[in-house]
Amino acid sequence: MTAPAPAAPVSEEAPAPDGPSPLRRKLLVLLAAVLLLAGVGTAAVRYAADRSDRRDREQAGGPPVHEGTLTLDAGVAGGRRLLLRNLAWGPHRDEIAAVPADDPDGPRTASGVKCLRFHAAAGTGICLQAEHGALDDTYHASVLDASLHEVERFPAPGIPTRARVSPSGHLVGWTVFVSGDSYAGTDFSTRTAIVDTRNRQFYDNLEDFRVLRDGHQVQASDVNVWGVTFADDSSFYATVATGGRTYLVRGDLAARTLTTLHQNVECPSLSPDGTRVAYKKRVDGADPAAPWRLYVLDLATMTETATAEQRNIDDQALWADDRTLLYSMPGDYGSDLWTVPADGTGTPAVLVRSAVAPAYLG
Amino acid sequence: MYLADARSTKSDRAADAAPDSGPGRRAAAVPGTVFALGAVSLVTDVSSEMVGAVLPLYVVSALGLSPLGFGLLDGINNGVGALVRLLGGHAADRGGRGHKLVAGLGYGLSALCKPLLLLVHTLPMIGAVLAVDRTGKGLRTAPRDAMISLATAPEHRGRAFGVHRAMDTTGALIGPLLAFAVLRITDDRAERAGYGAVFTVSGCVAVLGVLLLVLFVPGRITRAGLPAADPAAPGPTLRDALALLRRPALRRLALAAVLLGLTTVSDSFLYLLLQRELDLPAHLFPLLPLGTAAVFLLLAVPLGLVADRIGRRTLFLLGHAALLGGYAVVLSPLHGVPAAAAVLLLHGTFYAATDGVLAAATAATVPDGQQGAGQALVGTGQALARFACSLAFGAAWSLWGPRPALAATAAALAVTALAATLLLRPATPATPAATR
Repeated sequence: MTAPAPAAPVSEEAPAPDGPSPLRRKLLVLLAAVLLLAGVGTAAVRYAADRSDRRDREQAGGPPVHEGTLTLDAGVAGGRRLLLRNLAWGPHRDEIAAVPADDPDGPRTASGVKCLRFHAAAGTGICLQAEHGALDDTYHASVLDASLHEVERFPAPGIPTRARVSPSGHLVGWTVFVSGDSYAGTDFSTRTAIVDTRNRQFYDNLEDFRVLRDGHQVQASDVNVWGVTFADDSSFYATVATGGRTYLVRGDLAARTLTTLHQNVECPSLSPDGTRVAYKKRVDGADPAAPWRLYVLDLATMTETATAEQRNIDDQALWADDRTLLYSMPGDYGSDLWTVPADGTGTPAVLVRSAVAPAYLG
Repeated sequence: MYLADARSTKSDRAADAAPDSGPGRRAAAVPGTVFALGAVSLVTDVSSEMVGAVLPLYVVSALGLSPLGFGLLDGINNGVGALVRLLGGHAADRGGRGHKLVAGLGYGLSALCKPLLLLVHTLPMIGAVLAVDRTGKGLRTAPRDAMISLATAPEHRGRAFGVHRAMDTTGALIGPLLAFAVLRITDDRAERAGYGAVFTVSGCVAVLGVLLLVLFVPGRITRAGLPAADPAAPGPTLRDALALLRRPALRRLALAAVLLGLTTVSDSFLYLLLQRELDLPAHLFPLLPLGTAAVFLLLAVPLGLVADRIGRRTLFLLGHAALLGGYAVVLSPLHGVPAAAAVLLLHGTFYAATDGVLAAATAATVPDGQQGAGQALVGTGQALARFACSLAFGAAWSLWGPRPALAATAAALAVTALAATLLLRPATPATPAATR
């Protein structure tokens, strides 16, 4: 080894013959800039924090919300209820709340349980929650009993987006966005899981199921599954995406298969009578940032019917009954719930403001 | 951080004045300019990784947009960024202050994008801002590496690039933490205000990075013992830049980097494989990149020193052996967290032994006046090769499934590593430094 040559930058930092040295001047400039930028940054953070504090104060003109006891059992006194994630500002923001189904603008009974996404049926609830850790936000899926107590908790590897309980209350399913779960840089994809609450069997990734298209098994690394809707305790419908296309699939839990039925179907929702699926259809010529419209597919004839809702929809619709769809639209406090007839007639109307993630009980 | 470096620069100069004083020598191997550029990269990476960490959350939860078109966009942006890098490297070689100017333009463009994110609310517009951000990154990469090469004595470049990459990776680790800290303080995930605060803070940090560059990176990079470039001399033409490929040493190095790049599975694929093949719990998934980064950070400087000692091209090849080892662990019957930790250790070692080391090896194969173009040629070749590998790997996965695809890649890596070893044999040293 030869001795290293002395190396140093011949820089503009060399001391000047008179006056303060350029280096000192630069450090002063840097110090001033750091103070200024720190001021701007702090102000931005404080502004945002103040804004978030305001949300904890009750919103003027909003629906009355009071604390109470909720149950997920179907047959309770007081008739049919609509459960939702309350988005109205105040101390009960983001909690699951109940309103009478025939008076959705009426007082909300807040449960104290906060969920990002929620669904319930027949005494079982699924609540997708965030945990704000030191390093990162983590998420989990919490299976709730009729009194909204956690029965079991499953880790969810991403931001929750969809949740469903089967009509019997035996199966629960959910979808999250998984960061980095694909092959092009920061691309991200979905992961969908199902739990059988009777025997605690956990199907942690439906992508492991065999995808059957026209009788052949699809082999692809880019398979994504999202938006489960249950038919009964062994079969369900969902969306499968592969090769840049989306498909409605019928899933079979026992056989671990997903069979494609129809193209261009996202976030299906099965009608209570099991004959139709409401879904997001990607329409031609739409704004690429807002490409979906609400459609209904007849499963017997495979005919598509456009609903009267002309705006972009990004929700897994819910059937209020066999004729009416319920879905979320962006609103002043995050989201409002709207209804529209499922047969293509009528006009969309707001059902309840400042709410998302609805479920009917009773 | 910089204050301490500034002081050490001073003592370096004192050491230069008295060449016999020992202690200053060691520090002088990595000149102040490299620390300054490292500080710029650290601060800039804090800024860009802040945005990178929250952008998926922002797009999905605050804007309610679909994430599915996002990945394609990112792929295109990466390709554009690689091509812009060629342009930046060449432009930087023209004119005496070209490197700082072009790098400054690149850092400035990216800084400008952060506040712009506050104003755009649709996916196409966000895509456009991200494209400008990538253009800035493409512009600055080659001039920055050229400046590190120019400021450092050839025999210490491995260490200098190691220091730079360690500082760079430190920024990449701090960024997400700072972003989530801001979101935590504002407790505002569902609304835009919390993300606005993240973008504002990120913009402030980016401006600080540009300021560090302007204030503390010299406009004309020189190193002791070499005459400063003649400012009146005409800059290299585009033809000169392409003629670089006629230099055997650079051509061999670029070819080796491209060949090995073609068999380097992208990070996101590797993490996906880890998760699936080693049966990792899903919640560990977001931690995998941190594991690689931590190992990279810890080993960048020591392996840079090793590169200076045993030869950069040798270490570059050994780094790929570590990558091959990582593939082997994934393919082996090992499972669970210990196996994943072993893969991340090998993966981080791979980066520490190849990333800055390749830049240092490149520096030795091109004349000082064309460092920018040389760094850009090799860097772009490697980046495009890796992108091609991602596409091919995706196709192989679809056809054969994940394990056979990785097995094929591992076999291909073994073959290309052998070819690269032959290519990089120090048979015909063009310059004495080129063999090191």
